[in-house]
Parts: sequence; C-alpha cells; structure tokens
Amino acid sequence: MREIKADVAIIGAGPAGLAAALSAEREGAGEVLVLDRGEELGGILPQCIHNGFGLHRFKEDLTGPEYAQRFIDEVKTKRKIDVKLKTIVLEINQNKEVLATNSEEGIFKIRANSLVLAMGCREKTREMLHIPGSRPAGIFTAGLAQQWVNLEGYLPGREVVILGSGDVGLIMARRLTLEGAEVKAVVEIMPYPGGLTRNVVQCLQDFDIPLLLEHTITFIHGKDRLEAVSVAKVNSKKEPIPGTEKIIPCDTLLLSVGLIPENELSSLAGIEIDPSTGGPVVDERMQTSVEGIFACGNVVQINDLVDYVSQQGEVAGKNAALYALGKLEQPKGVINLKKGRNIRSLVPQIISAQGKVSFFIRVKNPEQKVKLVLGKSIFQQKNPIVKPNQMITWEVPFEDLRLNDDVKELEVSIRKL
Amino acid sequence: MKKTDIFDVIIIGAGVVGSCIARFLSRYKLNIALVEKEAEVGFGTSKANSGVIHAGFHDRPGTLKANLCVTGNSMFDKLCEELNVPFKRCGALVVALENKELKILEKLKAQGEKNKVPGLKIIRDDDLFQIEPNLTRRVKAALYSPTVGVVSPYELTMALAENAKQNGVRILLDTEVKDVTFQDNGAKVVKTQKGVLFAKYLVNAAGLFADEIARMTGDNGFTIVPRKGEEYILDKKRKELVKHVIFPIPQRQTKGVLIIPTVDGNIMIGPTSQVIDDKFDLNTTGKGLQMILEKVRKIVPAINDRDIIASFAGLRASSEGGDFIIQPSAKIRGFINIAGIDSPGLTAAPAIAMMVAEILKGEGLKLVQKDSYQPSYRWIKFRELSPEQKEELIKKDKRYGNVVCRCENVTEGEIVDAIKRGARTLDGIKFRTRAGMGRCQGGFCTPRIMRIMMNELNIPLEKITKRGRKSNILWGKTK
Repeated sequence: MREIKADVAIIGAGPAGLAAALSAEREGAGEVLVLDRGEELGGILPQCIHNGFGLHRFKEDLTGPEYAQRFIDEVKTKRKIDVKLKTIVLEINQNKEVLATNSEEGIFKIRANSLVLAMGCREKTREMLHIPGSRPAGIFTAGLAQQWVNLEGYLPGREVVILGSGDVGLIMARRLTLEGAEVKAVVEIMPYPGGLTRNVVQCLQDFDIPLLLEHTITFIHGKDRLEAVSVAKVNSKKEPIPGTEKIIPCDTLLLSVGLIPENELSSLAGIEIDPSTGGPVVDERMQTSVEGIFACGNVVQINDLVDYVSQQGEVAGKNAALYALGKLEQPKGVINLKKGRNIRSLVPQIISAQGKVSFFIRVKNPEQKVKLVLGKSIFQQKNPIVKPNQMITWEVPFEDLRLNDDVKELEVSIRKL
Repeated sequence: MKKTDIFDVIIIGAGVVGSCIARFLSRYKLNIALVEKEAEVGFGTSKANSGVIHAGFHDRPGTLKANLCVTGNSMFDKLCEELNVPFKRCGALVVALENKELKILEKLKAQGEKNKVPGLKIIRDDDLFQIEPNLTRRVKAALYSPTVGVVSPYELTMALAENAKQNGVRILLDTEVKDVTFQDNGAKVVKTQKGVLFAKYLVNAAGLFADEIARMTGDNGFTIVPRKGEEYILDKKRKELVKHVIFPIPQRQTKGVLIIPTVDGNIMIGPTSQVIDDKFDLNTTGKGLQMILEKVRKIVPAINDRDIIASFAGLRASSEGGDFIIQPSAKIRGFINIAGIDSPGLTAAPAIAMMVAEILKGEGLKLVQKDSYQPSYRWIKFRELSPEQKEELIKKDKRYGNVVCRCENVTEGEIVDAIKRGARTLDGIKFRTRAGMGRCQGGFCTPRIMRIMMNELNIPLEKITKRGRKSNILWGKTK
C-alpha cells in the first residue's frame, strides 16, 4: 500500500479544518495535509447561503460561502498545504496513521506526526426520536433539505411542517417560504426556541410562521408520500397531553432536532469521549486524550457560531504543528474541570494552567441575574442572562486563577448574583 | 407485454417464497413469469422479516411448519453460497428466567428432537454466561440450538429473483393482479393493470393478499389474518451485545420478542405481534417500542433505546389455522395456493419451493432439467474484498474509490452495480448495498445516490421514488 508522510494531517475541510490548516502552516509545520470527502472546500458552509456568519471574527455580516471563501482563498496561496478532496478516511489509529481512499489514488496510508480531527457533525434523524407512524417519502433532516434547495436546486415539497427550532430548521422555514412552499408550523418540544433569537425573529416572525412551543409530533401519517402529522401539546415531563392532539396535513416534514458530533473515527483511535458534548475530551490546546491528536469545531461540541469553530481550529492547528515539530511541551500537571450548578457541557474539560484558556459553556436551564464561577474566579456578563440555546464563551488568563500547584480539580458553575 | 404471452408457470408474488419457487423452477425447461405488484421484489412482507433462520424446535411435530423448517434450515448453507448472500449460523439460546420455565425448555428440546433438530442442549451457569456475557444473571438456564442462523431477508429475496431472471424467468414489477379467470382448455388468464397474461399453471404466493387472489378463482377456503410486527435496529457500535439469537420462552401465538445479532452486524430487537385488519398498516407505535424495550431489557439489561438507529413494521401473512397452507386448489387443476406463510416462512422457503415443484408435477407439469441452468449468482461485494483487491478494482474502475455512503462505506461502483442488478428505487439501492441504512439514515448521501440513479436510469430526479408508486422524494425544481 502506498504511504504518504505529513507533519500535520487534518481530517475535514470545513471551517474547523481550514482554520487548523492555516494556523498549522503559520506555526511552521512542514507539510499540512487536509482530507475531505466532499467535492469542494468549506464543509457545510457552501449550502448555508443565508447571512449571519463572521460577525465576531470579521465584524462583517457574511453568507456561509463568503465566510468559507476567505479561508479557501488563503489556503490556496499556501504551498505547504496540500488538499485531497473526494477522499474518505476509513480508519485512524493511536500512532497517527490514517487509512484513506479516493478514486484517483485508491487506498493509501498517511503517516502523520500529529492529527487534527475536524469531521464536524451529523443531524439527528427521525429514528432517534422514535416518532411512531409510517415511513413515507417526504421526511428530511433540515440540512438535507437545505442541500436539496440550495445546492441541487430542488424543492422537497409544498406543504411543510418543521419539527425542532434549531437554527437550520429556522433558516429552512424562511428559505422554503421564499421558494413558494407553505410552512404550516415549527413545532418545538421545549418552552423556548432551540435556535438563536435573531433567527426566530428574522425567519419565523417576519414571515408569520407559527412557532408551537411545548408541542411535539406524535404520529406520522401517509403510505407512499407523507400526508399529515399529528401534533400535541406536551406537559412538563415532555409527554403529549391527551386531548390536545391535532392533525396538520402536509407533504413534507423537516427535522431540526439537534446535531451529533461525528466521532466514529475518534473512537477507532481510542480517544476518550465526553458524554455531555458527544465529542473528545480536550485540554485548552484542543489536544485529545491521545497525545498528538487534536480536535476542533463541531466534532468536539456543537457550536452556535462558525466564528467559534474557526477559533478552536486555530488553537488545534497551532498546537498540532508545535507537536509535529517537537516543540509542544506536555504539561507538568493537569486540572480536571468538574461541571457544577447549571452546567450542561464544558470545553475544555481539562486545563494545564499555562497561558490563557477559552471556555465554551452550555447551561442546562435558562436563568437570569447570574455569574459564572471557576474556582475563585468570577465572571459576569454585561447581560447576566443564560439560555441553553446560547453558548457562553469566556476567556480566562491563568494567572487570574491564582491556583496552588496541588490543585487537581476545579468546579465550574453558574451562581445567582 | 404482448397479449400472446403464454407462460408455463406464472407465480403471483415476488416475496421470498415466490422468488424461491421461481428460482427453483428456473432449472427446468419452462417459460416462467414472476408477477409483483410492488416496484421491486421483496418489498412486501419479506423485507420486514427478522432474518432468523429457525432450527425447527418451536413447531408442533407433524406440521408443515416443523417439516419444512427443518428441511429448509439444512438447505441454507448451499443456497446462500450459490447466491453470494451472507449467512451466519450464529446459534440461538432460549432463555428461562423463572424456575418454572425450565420444564418448558425441556419440552422444547424434546419437541425439537422429535422434529429432528440437531445439536439441542440445555446449558446454564458458566457455560451460558461465558458464551453470552451480557445476559442477566437471572437467567436460570437456556436451550442452546446451534443450527439457528441469520440472513438478510431482502438481500436473499433479491438474489433469488435476480438469479431466477438470469436463468430466464420474466419478472414483471409494478404489476398488480386484478382478476384471475380460466379458459376451457385449462389456461389461466391473469388480468393485471398492465395487460393480460396466460399461464398453464398458476402459483399463488401473494402473501398477505393470497386469500384475495384465491377468491378471484372462487376459492374461499382460507383467510389471511395480518399480524403486525415492529422491529427496532441498534447502532453497529452495540454489535457485541449478543452473539446468538436470544429467544424468550415462547408464547402461545409467537416466538416472543427476540434479540438478534443480524448478519449485517447490527442488533435488532422485536417483533411485536398484533392482529390487525388493515393490510397496509405499517405504523410503528410508541406502545410497541415500550413493550419491546421492557421485554428485552429483562434479558439483556444493557440494551438502551438511545442506540436505536432505525425501526420498521411488517405484516405477517398468518392463516387462521396456524399452519402453512400449501396445496393445489380443490376446484381448479394447475392452480396452487401457498398461504399462511408466517414464521418460519423464510427458513422454510427453499423447502416450500421443492414441495411446490412436486405438487406441480403431480398436477401434470413436466419438469425437464435444462443444461444452461446456472445456480451460481455473483456480483462484486466491495466491502468483503481485501485492501489489495480493492486497490486493484479501483485501478480498473475509479467509481469503486468514490465512497458515497459514509456510514456504511458504500462506493459509487456498488450503487451502479445495484442498478444494473435491477434496483429502480432508493430503497432498492438501500436494500442491495446498505447505502443510507447507517446511523445518518441517508442524511448526507441521498442526493448523491439519486444523481447516480438519474444518470444510470436516465430519469429526472423528481421521478425517483423511495419505494415505487407515489413515494417521490422531491416535488420539483426550485423557482
């Protein structure tokens, strides 16, 4: 079997992988190899033709393809970054060997000094929700519908119900309306929307699309093509309330019920996965539990904004390059972070107390007038409100933590002001 | 279809039974048609079968079920080898959770031995938990049956029909039989929505609709009672949960809810058993899932509903009497009814085919072997090749290097092969290649598969269906 060598091999050429590649190159890595199964660079961004990308990073309101293009243009100028598209990675292992295949080269092995995992995520399917009923055509995940409309130029259907108010679902409610379909309802089981507030306003309210909070779909009807869905109000335990059921005729159901980090490859390399994020446990350098394998973006946790993904990609790429060059110091001691009050998930999960660390935090429940507490360190936002659908970012310089050397564990929590 | 088509044998229904009969008869010098109302073979009851090849200890001695199950089971190694279909004799365990159930294990063992089921023995303690470590320690003992196996029911049905076609059988899909009449010369006239067919001998293997076909001929001798079964499939990462098919102590009507290590490497749990009126009701239900989970967790507590990646329901075509009905019509010579083929129908199918050939012979059909009969059916199984073989193939045909379905690692080359073998629908591709069957359930690969179908079949995307009729995937082009 043919073998290729690389300083840094990056799996995935979405926003995380591209940022990692550029950052690894800047750090002085010899050869950076980016692998992606898609036909073009940018991951999911080419189909995200709506705006709202890059407000943090570029202080500009860009579309998905525009945001991606900034990275793609730069990657193309770098001689040391080699890209293999239409290439699927079959296996990886702890020795940082990658087995991959494509039409032109067949099956080949890459021996890398360090690896960056940037495989992104996939959508939850109807089957994971166990919605009873039949299995007709006309049921799509929101991202698949987005691909049909924006990249392929086809409309999935004419009368649409959307289950879940995640961002992709909200964006697609507007997109399908603009294409002439009737979006009859967006159905959300929680008492609050899953996506960003700006998307609720711009995609639903501006188009008079009903948002049914605390509702769910209880049955799918239709033999060949979808004919209707049954919708019911739920109680505080998320159980349908008898008597509240109504039937909404429709030919299309979109599911926007959550994303799952794609870590099938990570598991092959024995990388430790955090059940609360669904992604690898990482330290502040985005290094996983396997030395020399780094991870970034939605493979680590589902991010709200692509800007955060790029930020993590840069950290992972830089440290992967340092590792490949033998310049990355492994920490003397590590501190495990414990999830405290009202913390659903936390990245990084481990810190080594050098330099500074960027935290990405999700809460369990909405709360007002709160502060974030890490050990003795306290953080207050300008607007002291936390919501499960909004990721909290927090940058902490380590000297601020004033830690003793013997600290092995710290708790992160949300407390009342 | 020409009006003058006269077949020696027409088989109505291309499920596993009809396809087995077609393939078995294709070794003889006969002009055969296999007629199916669905868009592809096996799209009725067969595709929803649990894929267990039963040993034959569940059935009362002397019944058709007992005899044909034991005979059919012994035929599977050769059959699947010839057809290139994976088959695994994984063995089975019937587990007793209560001391009072131990007697039932003994009874099953005695019944099986009477039916000539080989290798049955009762095991317990270390012998049991070593081979099946995830069983609850509450299991008192188990009946071990080494000849139980697993097969993919749709892959088998498709391979049977495709091999039959290779040996000259005409397969008429999307062809629903509307009426059957008879001429004075004994010819059977089969009216379909696509035209009229003539046959000297007619085999009714219409599954759920076998009673309706029989009634067309004035035969009201039996009624099919649809019995729904829901099945749930777990992610491949949980494939180590069990190594054998795990049966509970059987109930009066059914073998109970099973835990099945499928031949494809998933764990499947189910089925339910619910008598219903509607022959088109393929709904899964919240109740069904809860019932299944409750039952299987009593035996293997580690089973978690979060690992479910797919679910479906199928309808067993049960007879009122309980046993298979395989007999020539009392009224019309040359017309054979095959009905009530519920479990162990898949296992029995090859034995049923042999029996039907004998019945046809008794009815006057001449069975003359043809030299050209080719029992071996082969296509490229990319996933089973060694890395070196894969490399070589990719060099010859680049499309085998282009992975389309990333969850199941299915290449463009395999999808093109499936279309060449006869796939016309998205489910037809899925059942032949597993593309779209993995954890993302086609979320990424559906557009790519449909583009390949568009090019190979030369049809527009909006005409592509999930499984025929009006199950179109797309509405049309955007503005």
